Amino acid sequence: MVESVIERITRGHFWDFHGGIHPPEQKFLTSNKPIKQLALPKQLIIPLQQHIGREGDLLVTIGEHVLKGQALTLSTNPMVVPVHAPTSGTISDIKMSVIAHPSGLNQLCIFLDVDGEDAWRKRNVCYDIEQLSNHEIIEKIADAGIAGMGGAGFPTHIKVNSKPDINFLIINGAECEPYITADDLLMMEQSNAIVDGIKILDKLLNPAFILIAIEDNKPKAIKALQQATTSIEKIKVCVVPTKYPTGGEKQLIQILTGQEVTSGQLPIHAGIVMQNVATCFAINEAVRHDIPLIRRVVTVTGQALNKPQNVWALLGTPINFLLEQCSVQNIENEKQPVIMGGPMMGFSVSSELVPIVKTSNCILVPSKVEMPSAFEKESKEVECIRCGQCSDVCPSQLLPQELQWSAKAKDHAQLKKLNLSDCIDCGACAYVCPSQIPLVHYYRIAKAEIREQQQLDLKAEKAKIRFEARKLRLEKEKIARQEKHKKAAAARKAAMNKATPEATGAKSAVAAALARVKAKKASKDQAQTNVPDPQGDLPTDSADDQKSQVSAAIARAKAKKKLKEEAVNKLSLDSGIVSTKSEVEADKVAPTEQPTVDDKKAKIAAAIAKAKAKKLSKSAESSNTVQAPENMVSEKIASSDDKKAKIAAAVAKAKAKKKLKEATSFANNDQDSV
Amino acid sequence: MAFWIASSPHNHNHTKTPNLMRLVMYATLPGVIAQWYFFGWGNLIHIGLAMATALICEFTVLSLRKKPISHELFDGSALLTALLIGICLPALAPWWISVIGTMFAIVIVKQLYGGLGHNPFNPAMAGYVVLLVSFPLQMTLWQPPLTLVAVDLNFTNTLTTILTGFTVEGYSVEQVRTSIDGFTMATPLDTLKTNTGLGLTVLESIKNPVFGDNFALGWEWVNAGFLLGGLFLIAKKAIAWQTPISFLISLFICSFISYSLSPDSSASTMFHWFSGATMLGAFFILTDPVTGATSNKGRIIVGLLAGLLVYLIRTSGGFPDGVAFAILLCNMSAPLIDQYTRPRTYGHLKGDK
Amino acid sequence: MNILLAILVLGSIAAIFGALLGFASVRFKVDADPIVEQLDALLPQTQCGQCGYPGCKPYAQAVADGEAINKCAPGGEDTIKKIADLMGVEVQPLDESHVKGDIAQSNRPKVAFVIEEDCIGCTKCIQACPVDAIIGAAKQMHTIIIDECTGCDLCVAPCPVDCIEMRELPETIHNWQWDLTSIPVKQLD
Repeated sequence: MVESVIERITRGHFWDFHGGIHPPEQKFLTSNKPIKQLALPKQLIIPLQQHIGREGDLLVTIGEHVLKGQALTLSTNPMVVPVHAPTSGTISDIKMSVIAHPSGLNQLCIFLDVDGEDAWRKRNVCYDIEQLSNHEIIEKIADAGIAGMGGAGFPTHIKVNSKPDINFLIINGAECEPYITADDLLMMEQSNAIVDGIKILDKLLNPAFILIAIEDNKPKAIKALQQATTSIEKIKVCVVPTKYPTGGEKQLIQILTGQEVTSGQLPIHAGIVMQNVATCFAINEAVRHDIPLIRRVVTVTGQALNKPQNVWALLGTPINFLLEQCSVQNIENEKQPVIMGGPMMGFSVSSELVPIVKTSNCILVPSKVEMPSAFEKESKEVECIRCGQCSDVCPSQLLPQELQWSAKAKDHAQLKKLNLSDCIDCGACAYVCPSQIPLVHYYRIAKAEIREQQQLDLKAEKAKIRFEARKLRLEKEKIARQEKHKKAAAARKAAMNKATPEATGAKSAVAAALARVKAKKASKDQAQTNVPDPQGDLPTDSADDQKSQVSAAIARAKAKKKLKEEAVNKLSLDSGIVSTKSEVEADKVAPTEQPTVDDKKAKIAAAIAKAKAKKLSKSAESSNTVQAPENMVSEKIASSDDKKAKIAAAVAKAKAKKKLKEATSFANNDQDSV
Repeated sequence: MAFWIASSPHNHNHTKTPNLMRLVMYATLPGVIAQWYFFGWGNLIHIGLAMATALICEFTVLSLRKKPISHELFDGSALLTALLIGICLPALAPWWISVIGTMFAIVIVKQLYGGLGHNPFNPAMAGYVVLLVSFPLQMTLWQPPLTLVAVDLNFTNTLTTILTGFTVEGYSVEQVRTSIDGFTMATPLDTLKTNTGLGLTVLESIKNPVFGDNFALGWEWVNAGFLLGGLFLIAKKAIAWQTPISFLISLFICSFISYSLSPDSSASTMFHWFSGATMLGAFFILTDPVTGATSNKGRIIVGLLAGLLVYLIRTSGGFPDGVAFAILLCNMSAPLIDQYTRPRTYGHLKGDK
Repeated sequence: MNILLAILVLGSIAAIFGALLGFASVRFKVDADPIVEQLDALLPQTQCGQCGYPGCKPYAQAVADGEAINKCAPGGEDTIKKIADLMGVEVQPLDESHVKGDIAQSNRPKVAFVIEEDCIGCTKCIQACPVDAIIGAAKQMHTIIIDECTGCDLCVAPCPVDCIEMRELPETIHNWQWDLTSIPVKQLD
């Protein structure tokens, strides 16, 4: 099998994948200019997460000075790759900022003020990779923060740390997206470094064959790599026909090996590993030169630029710096699309502060002439006429027109049946659609919805399990309690029958329990009549505790009742009167209770008074201004150790809050009705 | 400068549905010109009438449905439907035939089902079939080729015949259709059907002047014109080649089998190809993407089915030509065919849907 | 005589077919999920009890027994539609007593949040939570496990100090729904 594949490849025969398109390549804009080294930008914005997975733990603080190549985050799990300082400077801020993502949402970013010295941290250069064990190499790759640079950004150290036998290591230099020439230029200029990187991968994976796939529209890159690999038998440079999306992982595997990657599986299951050429370059830098992934080649192109070219951009460079360097033409009052990535799969960025990240290979600023559809304000979408051109070009052999209907109808079951998950978002269908339907956009929404639905289902399932578990627990507790009660009763009976000195004690205990029950009942009744939300009684262990709680509850209920009456009747009274009055009330409350601590009363009263004062002032104004009494109350409570008072104060506070809410809502209603 | 947000892909190949429709209309030109050359102005007048009706109907329904009128009125689909109806009609049919047919096609078959892209049946063929069933007399007012007509059918004569039923000189439609020999002329297919019904052999029947020197006087050139236009569309990739080719092959095979079994009672394969609406149906109606199958396999199946049905209706059905009926039947079965001819998705085993 | 024969023949045919149908209905019986299970699967499993039943399963049972289908507030219109489909009844608008201003306003999922400075450790919310998503002990500050919270807001009412509020989950790149029109576009110059 492997042999025949190689035979075919040496003869220059390849398989073909279904569909595909030939959009205008427009690579000439940048393909004949060398990669430019840029001056250091003033500030870098480094997002903590630049790849698939999660962000690492921060290692630096605001104000800290960092050296070039210093790690800024720490990887705590394999799916996390660290980020590094692309140059030396001072961390000026760590805050949420807009990141390179189609949503334009904010994520945590490190703002690095560049000091211009570009001072390196200590580097541990190692030219002889034979000295290193595989484990050490993988560690170096992981520490260098390398994630797939072709687009998806899968952590590289996971990909190269695979156990099974690898038949093919495929180096992806196809670069099938129009406009982009970053890999092309890198192959031309750094072919030896790339081959060195490939050798490192060879040592790690030990594949049967290494295939470097390059589309036939890059003759210089093909020549450079052929020259660099002439001495190595194992490596074959495969010149594949130009067609979009040849560079897609699944498509390239099909072209080179004739195999299909089974849906839902990774290429590794078929003994195939694919790496991007830029990733190979980065691996070489990391392993041999101890340079973490801090820069990459970015194609800055499009006819709206005067000087489109490839540049070495530090990660974190805001795109406005790149655009300035390539002289963006002045476009008056026109909404200019700026696309990160290529015209087929890139996304438009929402802000000029979006930084370059590990996966950004292109910044495309098209003019209106070359890409009119990117400027269209309204969708020109008309009805689908089922012409089937989309299914003719779909590289996954899906039925885009049927998917589109199901996506619009939110028929998730049908979408699954039509294998929506096998869509690679390549955009070929939308490119050819004569009805100009933004097909990919519909699929993306549908995919996001399905994903969310799956998460909701999982969550619901979990909630159900937890609910059932809770029910079971409550049931058990109830039975245990009953058991305990029964035992206690039996014990009491036995004790009484004995008629020993303990019996009197038991009797009195029974009497006490009866009294407690009565008191509880009374408080409950009161609570039910007076308080809007009846408070359930807590099962407590000791009788004493319960007693004090009952009394406290009664006190609370009373206080609440009074409070309410006050609120209804005395809204217009000023706070001075209220405070004296509430003191009187507090006295009135006192005789009915059995206080355990004397100053408790006073504290409750004070808290109530405070709350009232607050409430009054608030309701008087009703205009949602922050009130001083609130702070005073909380301060007072903080100083006081007494829990009861604190509770009372909190209750008062809550009441006051409720009142305030009502008052404001009334006020609002009044305003509305006016 | 502000940034503009859009979803990928940001590029497009600039094809548009209206352009596609226009291309198809241009492709009918050779056939229409042949029709004009052999049968005079009748069909051109009907095309004009149908197009005007189509635009008015489309405008009315779109405004009732509160759809963007400027956007959809000129997308070409209504005009194409009208054009096809005009081509299909008998040249001397009264004016209200094309008006009613077009109205039915646009209002009921197309718009009431949801407009462009949602109609299960080809509007032109559904309109035609409604006319055929409702007005059988008017729909047989086929005009013989001009060379066989005694009356001079110039533009004015044709126009007055269509509008009033009489030529300027006062000849009625029946008189116009009567040949120099005093026979009422029918289409070659009709004639063949009647004659074989009367027990004549095919060889005897085709002595009738409507058959001309080859297969069917005039009709063969009209069909050749549509064939040319169809090949142009295939070359332009505006239509899929699978449908017309499989249709023609299917019709060829059917007629070949019966011709080899009993040459006396069966017409030749080429007669089937170059008479009636064969080529028009193959390249312009059966290929209508909205009502056809979408997958390549499905298209081939639809084509084969249509060829078989056309042959069966022509030989054993009650109507001389069966293209319209065959196409409507295929329209009906297309969703089912699509359902069972879904391609295998990348990375899935066969049958693992 | 003829009539008798006809009746006999038709009768026997009817009997044969009847027997066939009866046999088929037993032999090819499709074991469908009990309706309660299906209904339970449609409900959002927040266990919030806003329908008046202690949990989703009991409400599913009640719907199967003829209870109104429009009482599930967290599920909203979607769930009502699905239940209506399953039960073969008309879709009804959400029961009015469940329509709350803030729920109707936003579609984003919400979770409860304890304002920890104000919490007095009364454990009332812990007892109210149907999925044990609140941790804390008596007289200790409580907090909510966001991942477990179903957003049922049953804990809001029992809190004596009003320190629990429902907060929207923030939109992140992980749960973003590809709504391009919602992206704020920054004006330059």
